[in-house]
Amino acid sequence: MKNNAPLLKRIRENRLFWPLVALALILIFDAIFAPGFFKIGILDGHLFGNLIDVLNNSAPLMLVAIGMTLVIATGGVDLSVGAVIAISAAMGAVLINPALGNKLITNDILTKDATNTPLWLIVLVDLAAGTLCGLWNGLLVSRGKIQPMVATLILMVAGRGIAQLITNGQIMTIYYTPYFYFGNGFILGLPVSIYIVAVVFLFAWVLVRKTSIGLFIESVGVNAKATYYSGISEKNIKLFVYTFCGFCAAIAGLILSSYVHSADGNNNGLNYELDAILAVVIGGTLMTGGRFSLFASVIGALIIWTFTITMYTFGVPANALLAGRAVLVLVVILLYSDYARRFLNRIVDRKGSQHGTTN
Amino acid sequence: MAQRIKLFLLNNGPLLTTITIFILVYFVGGRLYPAMQKPQVFFNLFINTASLLIVSIGMTFVIITKGIDLSVAGMIALTSAASAALLANGASPAMVIPLMLLMGVVFGFTLGCIIHFLKVEPFIVTLMGLFFARGMAYIITLEALPIQDLTYRFLALTKIPIPFFAKAYVYIPSLIGPLLLLVVIYLSFFTRFGRTVYAIGNNEQSARLMGLAVGRTKIIVYTFSGFCSALAGIVWSISLLSGYGGYAPGMELDAIASVVIGGTLLTGGVGNVVGTLFGVLINGTIVSILQFNGTLSSWWTRIGVGLLTLIFIGIQSLFYMRKKHS
Repeated sequence: MKNNAPLLKRIRENRLFWPLVALALILIFDAIFAPGFFKIGILDGHLFGNLIDVLNNSAPLMLVAIGMTLVIATGGVDLSVGAVIAISAAMGAVLINPALGNKLITNDILTKDATNTPLWLIVLVDLAAGTLCGLWNGLLVSRGKIQPMVATLILMVAGRGIAQLITNGQIMTIYYTPYFYFGNGFILGLPVSIYIVAVVFLFAWVLVRKTSIGLFIESVGVNAKATYYSGISEKNIKLFVYTFCGFCAAIAGLILSSYVHSADGNNNGLNYELDAILAVVIGGTLMTGGRFSLFASVIGALIIWTFTITMYTFGVPANALLAGRAVLVLVVILLYSDYARRFLNRIVDRKGSQHGTTN
Repeated sequence: MAQRIKLFLLNNGPLLTTITIFILVYFVGGRLYPAMQKPQVFFNLFINTASLLIVSIGMTFVIITKGIDLSVAGMIALTSAASAALLANGASPAMVIPLMLLMGVVFGFTLGCIIHFLKVEPFIVTLMGLFFARGMAYIITLEALPIQDLTYRFLALTKIPIPFFAKAYVYIPSLIGPLLLLVVIYLSFFTRFGRTVYAIGNNEQSARLMGLAVGRTKIIVYTFSGFCSALAGIVWSISLLSGYGGYAPGMELDAIASVVIGGTLLTGGVGNVVGTLFGVLINGTIVSILQFNGTLSSWWTRIGVGLLTLIFIGIQSLFYMRKKHS
């Protein structure tokens, strides 16, 4: 018992503990009430089933959450990711079929399985557009010294307008098959999008854990002024995280537009900024900045989508699902509040009050 | 004297800038489209932005305390859907309207309590409120419900002539915003509550050490915002005569943008509810210029509001830098 308690405590204080508990709770709920949830079959040489759906659907959110984690770790927030997703999706659709919008064209040109721009260029331009948006946010925050919430609010409001401007206000349907690969393709039975997430995650992880950049980001979040005085360019750190967040959102836009086969300035990535912030908060990163965990944010994104797909399997209409999501947020809030933690610690330790846990 | 003028300009700079920008935007619109010079077009601004004005007034207080309220648009949708459903089932408006206001108050109070007692970011809590309100509205009705109630129709269609302007009129609901504004001006500048709100925004720690009722004031502010959004929801359902969960998409952003354009800082402690009025009017003016043009598409509104926010923030930061130096 004596050896056991510290271990329990260590597990409990690990930042991955609470997100994993939440995920496990949802999965246990599924196991009891919807046993079919875990069924995985093989169709056309790839896996399918609810779990695969969760992975494929949550991929864009995971990407955005990775970028958002770094931004929030510096004490900022990026509200524009949803708009950046729309811009990136619009860019892709326009490059595939630039004729649309300007001229009256016949239906068979419109629905042709062809592209006017090579695929590699489309991907490159998509990513460049998103990165540029991120750079703009970063410049406003780091050089313009505007509060992050306002600075990114500008692009959030204007960005969807820009996306509509690009597609000339139309919802563009994409008929070019190779483009669908990002959102609907499979490698070794698993969705392509998951591999993309893995690559980006690995890149970000190596960047923040194997180089000193991660430490710099945390120190900017804890105290930007002190960071500046200790000789670290807090401006460039901020510039970097916002740019990276824009880059992640651009990839998410690519995957999303490829998944739904269309680009719609109003609805691509709708509410993604809110979901991404939610994922990061579920992952235990504080909105005030400082310590962060990329993996916990990815788990957070998984929790959101596992919950969503679970609700779908119960036949809850997509719109009413919002109320369910509110309950999810409430549970997270309660679980993370100091009161709840102290209470739980006291139950488990029986002597918790003198420990004075701080998290 | 010169010193005094300078001080006055520095203190009220953001507000004066907002008013100047509004006059400038309106003037440009008038020059481009002579039809915009009609007085009715000006009063149309109040008709079109009735809900936005009410919501933004509530939001101003919240933002001055360094908080944010994302739930307002959801609350508008929920109020409209709930009142449409109640009226369709034969409830009388005399009961529905107080009930909706009570719902808004309870909703805001709950959010305020969670924010204060559980110490969670307002952003997250009100985000939950947004999800909850919209979801509930969709649970009530999945499609738009018409309102056939006679009282609502009467309120929606009665024109109030404006004195001194021939043929100019507003509707009854568009008067609620300006009236509320007067109340809020009194509250924010002439009461203890108003001063406490500013003190909290400037430095919550100091406000608490000074013995001000920080917790109570914060909860009241969110309750008031909930009340305002329910009121805006009633105005919305009166002017559209229907209720639906998808109404007012993204209006929380319009409200925040209007408040910011009105000179209130999102960092809290600085702001003026009069500026919010002009922020909302600027928003309305841009929309009507686009309508008068006719060929410009709706997305230019978003781009325009975004650009204006940017310009205004630039001017604002200039003012505060000056103020710090002087």
